[in-house]
Amino acid sequence: MPLFEVRALTHFFGGLRAVSDFNLTFDGGELTGLIGPNGAGKTTVFNLVCGVYHPTHGEVRIDGRSLGRLYPHQVTAMGIARTFQNIRLWPEMTVLDNIRVCHNYKLGYGFLDTIFQTSRYHTAEKGIGRRAREVLEIMGLRDHAEELAKNLPYGLQRKVEIARALILRPKLLLLDEPSAGMNLGEKEALIGLIRWIRKEFNLTIWLIEHEMRVVMNLCERIQVLDFGQTIAEGTPEEIQGNPRVVEAYLGKEVG
Amino acid sequence: MTLSIFIQNVMNALQWGSFYALIALGYSMVYGVLLLINFAHGDIFMVGAYIGFFISTFLLGAYGFQLPWKLSGGLVIFLTFLLTMALTAGVGVAIERVAYRPLRRKGVSRLYLVITALMVGLLLENGNLALLGASRRNFPELIPKVLYSVGGVNFSNTKIIVIIVTLLVFVFLQTVVLKTKWGMAMRAISYDRMAVPLMGVPVDTIIVMTFVLGSSMAAVAGILFAVSYPVLEPYMGALVGWKAFIAAVVGGIGEIRGAIAGGFILGFTEIFVATVFPSTFRDLIAFGVLLLILTLRPNGIFGIARRTKV
Amino acid sequence: MLVWFCRMKQYSLTLSAFLFFVLVVGLSWAGTLSSYIQLVLMFVGVNIMMSSSLNLVNGYMGEFSCGHAGFMAVGAYAASLVTVWCFTAESVFGPNLLPPAWAVVLFPFILLFGGVIAALAGLLVAIPSFRTRGDYLAIITLAVNYIVKSAIENIQPIGGARGFMGMARVVNGMKEVADIPWMMIWTWAFVFLTVLLIKRFVSSTYGKGIIAIREDEIAAEIMGVNTRRAKMVAFMLSSGLAGLAGGLFAHILGYINPGSFGIMKSTEALVMVYLGGMGSLSGSVLSAVLFTLLLEILRPLQLYKWVVVPFILILLMLFRTEGLLGHRELTDVFPILKRIFGSREEVHAAF
Repeated sequence: MPLFEVRALTHFFGGLRAVSDFNLTFDGGELTGLIGPNGAGKTTVFNLVCGVYHPTHGEVRIDGRSLGRLYPHQVTAMGIARTFQNIRLWPEMTVLDNIRVCHNYKLGYGFLDTIFQTSRYHTAEKGIGRRAREVLEIMGLRDHAEELAKNLPYGLQRKVEIARALILRPKLLLLDEPSAGMNLGEKEALIGLIRWIRKEFNLTIWLIEHEMRVVMNLCERIQVLDFGQTIAEGTPEEIQGNPRVVEAYLGKEVG
Repeated sequence: MTLSIFIQNVMNALQWGSFYALIALGYSMVYGVLLLINFAHGDIFMVGAYIGFFISTFLLGAYGFQLPWKLSGGLVIFLTFLLTMALTAGVGVAIERVAYRPLRRKGVSRLYLVITALMVGLLLENGNLALLGASRRNFPELIPKVLYSVGGVNFSNTKIIVIIVTLLVFVFLQTVVLKTKWGMAMRAISYDRMAVPLMGVPVDTIIVMTFVLGSSMAAVAGILFAVSYPVLEPYMGALVGWKAFIAAVVGGIGEIRGAIAGGFILGFTEIFVATVFPSTFRDLIAFGVLLLILTLRPNGIFGIARRTKV
Repeated sequence: MLVWFCRMKQYSLTLSAFLFFVLVVGLSWAGTLSSYIQLVLMFVGVNIMMSSSLNLVNGYMGEFSCGHAGFMAVGAYAASLVTVWCFTAESVFGPNLLPPAWAVVLFPFILLFGGVIAALAGLLVAIPSFRTRGDYLAIITLAVNYIVKSAIENIQPIGGARGFMGMARVVNGMKEVADIPWMMIWTWAFVFLTVLLIKRFVSSTYGKGIIAIREDEIAAEIMGVNTRRAKMVAFMLSSGLAGLAGGLFAHILGYINPGSFGIMKSTEALVMVYLGGMGSLSGSVLSAVLFTLLLEILRPLQLYKWVVVPFILILLMLFRTEGLLGHRELTDVFPILKRIFGSREEVHAAF
């Protein structure tokens, strides 16, 4: 049974076919890229997988279970975590709280425990605090734990986003343009970081990326979307040589 | 219900719907441009009615000193409307300038603006009460009342005037918003607050324009209301204002059509509820219906859901 | 020694609250405080409950609820109806169900019952909030406020627009058992309960979910927060506490009418929240105290009171927009308080 499977995923926005007949299978441990020109429907695919939109046709399965019409938080609890194209941290919360809140997917106590501060509450909160600090430590963010998320520099905010996804203990991690807005040095560091967390957490990673250097360096397989259609699929070398991909990005040569 | 009573009720509903619609327009336009619930707007309606009262009494020569020449009835009506609209617009713009603009410049959360608006409303109500006292004012008979009776249906000329003026205002505003450069800028701001100033649109001027239009419409509503129900008191704008606001939202806030539609829906619901149930049930059922509409169509009738990009 | 000191620090806030409580109740009992001052003190308590519970929704969750008085009304009527039905003879319900003396024990439970009913009324607002937010939700709360008020006005058996009375007799019944300032005791007991409850909720990972909703709702949902449940809990907790405040209010005054739960009351609650600062619990408490006292001090101005109050608030908004404390707590503004009172986390960290 594959870890993750997308079958014939199709989505309409009104009359616009944003994604059509998208297919994908992960057996576990892959690092795959999803590329394509602006507006090709890449983020829509991620949104469909996360339960932000529900597909018009087709289905998404994780561990053999169909996601159906689950809410995003339920999808998250099933092991899919993501980051966002334009950073979506909670700006007025501390970095530590940003991480802690994500633990709502598996809280271990209820409302009444909160109010009466039962021993169950204390145990669970201690565990959550410890895990949050662990993740911060791993991501090298320990010194920023008490800072407000909005006060961090851009590169660190991206790291907090990844840390936030990691505390969800995902099986599949979706990264939406992780290198956007980074300089060359930061991009190099990012490539190293992604490789490292994949090994450390035994993750399957699926990323959207515009920066070819990052994609070609990182990914073992790449899928190319254009106008919602999968136009190519293969190893980085195959993709680089594919005339349809060049055409989608640069346009057709006239004459 | 006989047909004549039914028509009578329709007339009443149209009249009340017109009041709500005219006030709702101001809420809706300000909201469209500023995303601000201008809770003071109901009280601007009240201010408009009072200004109209003073101007018309003055022009009709009811004060100590007479104007050197006698004005014809039509001219009095015209001048009253014009001056009242101008002065009320001035009040609206002044409020924007003194209370809202500094806050906007600070770039604070919209909720603080809303609270400020609430306070401005209270200030207008109670300031009026403190200045002019609690005694009610009787609005002069600006437009001589004529009663018509057609096939058993009785109605006054004021009802007809109210309805016609509202429709004219609707057409006028719809033209302004859809056809003129100003209107286009207003709509552009409500679509994209960040880009519009960069495109060279003078945002502050547009905002002032919006307040001028909204407040003068409230002034029109104020005079028309006072002509139909000639008793003025400082709190007259509070309840009507809240209701008009709800009407604006039901219609889809930020939309001219929505404000008109919402106003008439509220008018019809209120009048027809009162024909079936005791009149004390009017608010209960009217608000219940509005709540139901909002639950079924969370963005109002003409409102478009703004998708947040993920 | 250090350990002992830290332990003391942990309880110093509780201790000072307790001392305040003993002082207020003791002075009221001894008759040192005039009945007017007692009344003001009790209203301060009710207002603290109103502002801190509204802050949960408007400050922490970032929604704009402007019909808080509606839930107060539900709680006030629910609790009053039960106490009058149970403990007074010759009410609309006929003879008393239970001996009036039992009120001493049952009163807090009946108040809680009122709170529960108000929390259920909170569902009226919570469920639409799944699909709408911001200004549309503001209207829904506004409409609910009108609906509650108007509904009560139309139920003649409970007095309709004239109001409902009999609670004074319930309180007198309690006084016959023991002549102590019952309402002062219950009011401040519930004030502390409310503040404690909100404090505990918003500092838990569970409660922080609602702050995440304020900051970015979609991100919150995707990152594992059950936003529907969180909103429902926040709205119900907030309206439930408002209901408790309502029950107390009704029994402090001895009679209620729907007119006292209008938009004006809701506006007062809103003002207190923004005066104190959104998302600041100590700010809400502070502003409730200041606001209630301000209204009392300005009472001689009569008509001008409601000119001066909005004027002050407009100035405040212009020159100190984020309210007295903003998003911060008193301990952040005056670090010395932190040294005296210390926070629990600090104590844990010390070991």
